Amino acid sequence: MKAQGIAHTYADNVDTDVIIPARYLNTPNARELAAHCMEDIDPDFVKKVKEGDIIVAGWNFGCGSSREHAPLAIKTSGVSCVIAKTFARIFYRNAINIGLAILECEPAAEAIKAGDEVAVDFDTGVITNLTRGESYQAQPFPPFIQNIIQKGGLMKAIKG
Amino acid sequence: MGMTMTQKILAAHAGLDKVVAGQLIEAKLDMVLGNDITSPVAINEFEKAGFTSVFDRTKISLVMDHFAPNKDIKAAQQTKQSREFANKYDILNFYDVGSMGIEHALLPEKGLVGAGDCVIGADSHTCTYGALGAFSTGVGSTDMAAGMATGKCWFKVPAAIKFNLVGSLQGWASGKDVILSIIGKIGVDGALYKSMEFSGPGLASLSIDDRLCMANMAIEAGAKNGIFAVDEVTRAYMDGRTQRPYTVYEADPDAEYEAEHTIDLSAIVPTVAYPHLPENTHPAAASGDIAIDQVVIGSCTNGRTSDMEVAARILKGKKVARNVRAIVIPATQKVFTECIRNGWMEIFVEAGCVVSTPTCGPCLGGYMGILAEGERCVATTNRNFVGRMGHVDSEVYLASPAVAAASAITGRITVPEEVL
Repeated sequence: MKAQGIAHTYADNVDTDVIIPARYLNTPNARELAAHCMEDIDPDFVKKVKEGDIIVAGWNFGCGSSREHAPLAIKTSGVSCVIAKTFARIFYRNAINIGLAILECEPAAEAIKAGDEVAVDFDTGVITNLTRGESYQAQPFPPFIQNIIQKGGLMKAIKG
Repeated sequence: MGMTMTQKILAAHAGLDKVVAGQLIEAKLDMVLGNDITSPVAINEFEKAGFTSVFDRTKISLVMDHFAPNKDIKAAQQTKQSREFANKYDILNFYDVGSMGIEHALLPEKGLVGAGDCVIGADSHTCTYGALGAFSTGVGSTDMAAGMATGKCWFKVPAAIKFNLVGSLQGWASGKDVILSIIGKIGVDGALYKSMEFSGPGLASLSIDDRLCMANMAIEAGAKNGIFAVDEVTRAYMDGRTQRPYTVYEADPDAEYEAEHTIDLSAIVPTVAYPHLPENTHPAAASGDIAIDQVVIGSCTNGRTSDMEVAARILKGKKVARNVRAIVIPATQKVFTECIRNGWMEIFVEAGCVVSTPTCGPCLGGYMGILAEGERCVATTNRNFVGRMGHVDSEVYLASPAVAAASAITGRITVPEEVL
């Protein structure tokens, strides 16, 4: 599995309230949620994001609420992958469970700048910065989690 | 090497003699929780996957608390979907308007969780039940769906940080001030993926409400769970209340901790977390002249009987400052009744507060107290992120009920001594 797109960069502690503000949680509809993705931290995000783009952030991405609406909004907005130094643990679980690709990689999160074109190879964990001609190695998932991702999310994994 | 409390509970629920930090396990669940925001997403996943039965109708709790009583048509659709699911599968613990309270105040109060339980909830503050010696953690809606279907959940066994509590709380200091102080010390990701384990001689001086408040905010340090050693205070609360037998687990003497902190409760002072992170803590007394527009006293963190009692003690015979809206939200119907029975309701209303039926409402910027641009609120809630309670340029200051009530009277962040 591979992904490639333009990087949108954010700082540390991006919380789920700015990813999808609670005032929009009166619907579980992913498309409605995606229309407000990142609204309180980056109001233009939904206008500029393109299919395949990549979010790059610092420590503790997705902290706060357990709302699965957050990874759902990001995934439905077209984002192919989130790279961060670390993820808050509920966001981490939720992303795996719904099939939003995420990678923890401090060097990549340090080096990638907004607008860089980035390619990700999920099989090897190699992140390539096509704009700067650099590459970074992310930690691959343990086999248990790879199985959930390969089955297409948690519900398919427990059904299978 | 021995196991921590959390590791022992997880081992028991995974059918293993021993687990170690980092190990991936599948554990049996004693309770699966959802609310009116997270349940619809879980129900959709449950149905999409083709499940036609739940693992145990007595071990699922659905609580309509976030946007209930319904704040708008869409919110009404969400509680309707949850209600229909609860009826279809005959879910025993379905709490709707009239019986509901804020989930993390309601479940302990009803005896639906107890020591030794393994609990997941599609709400990040599910970690609250660690106050009773349970392993309890927040998950997302898909985990909730899988939990409802199978009664199981996968976990990575967490490492732990030990908090050795000594001394006893003084003056107006409360559990809220302890946990804010700890988050100020270790940061909002200071316990990321880990357990926060609370024990020590200071424990005896902390009420159950103090402990529930502290465990509730473990997530604000990034923790997987917060957990308290079980003592006589816990047993006195649980005995005659818990609907299932409880099991007390103790950490092994040689349990491994990644870090240990000694917290002197006697040195804790009323503490406020300034915008926009719970780690941004300051002594309330050093706040100077920070003018406020609103006060919220309530939430799963501080909406319990003792919180109402403290607020009433401070507001008795006083008036809320001009230009301050003071909103009091007892967390459950039982707490609401206590407010009436003890005369606190009259105190609140005569002081100029509005008192609401239980709801999470303003805490997450849902309704019942949304902030306008540039407004400031002192809240007994748990998060002060950008836009949390309303406009993206509004501010939330997290504090105890004592500081919030005092601040309502003066119109600026105030310690209780100043108004008494």
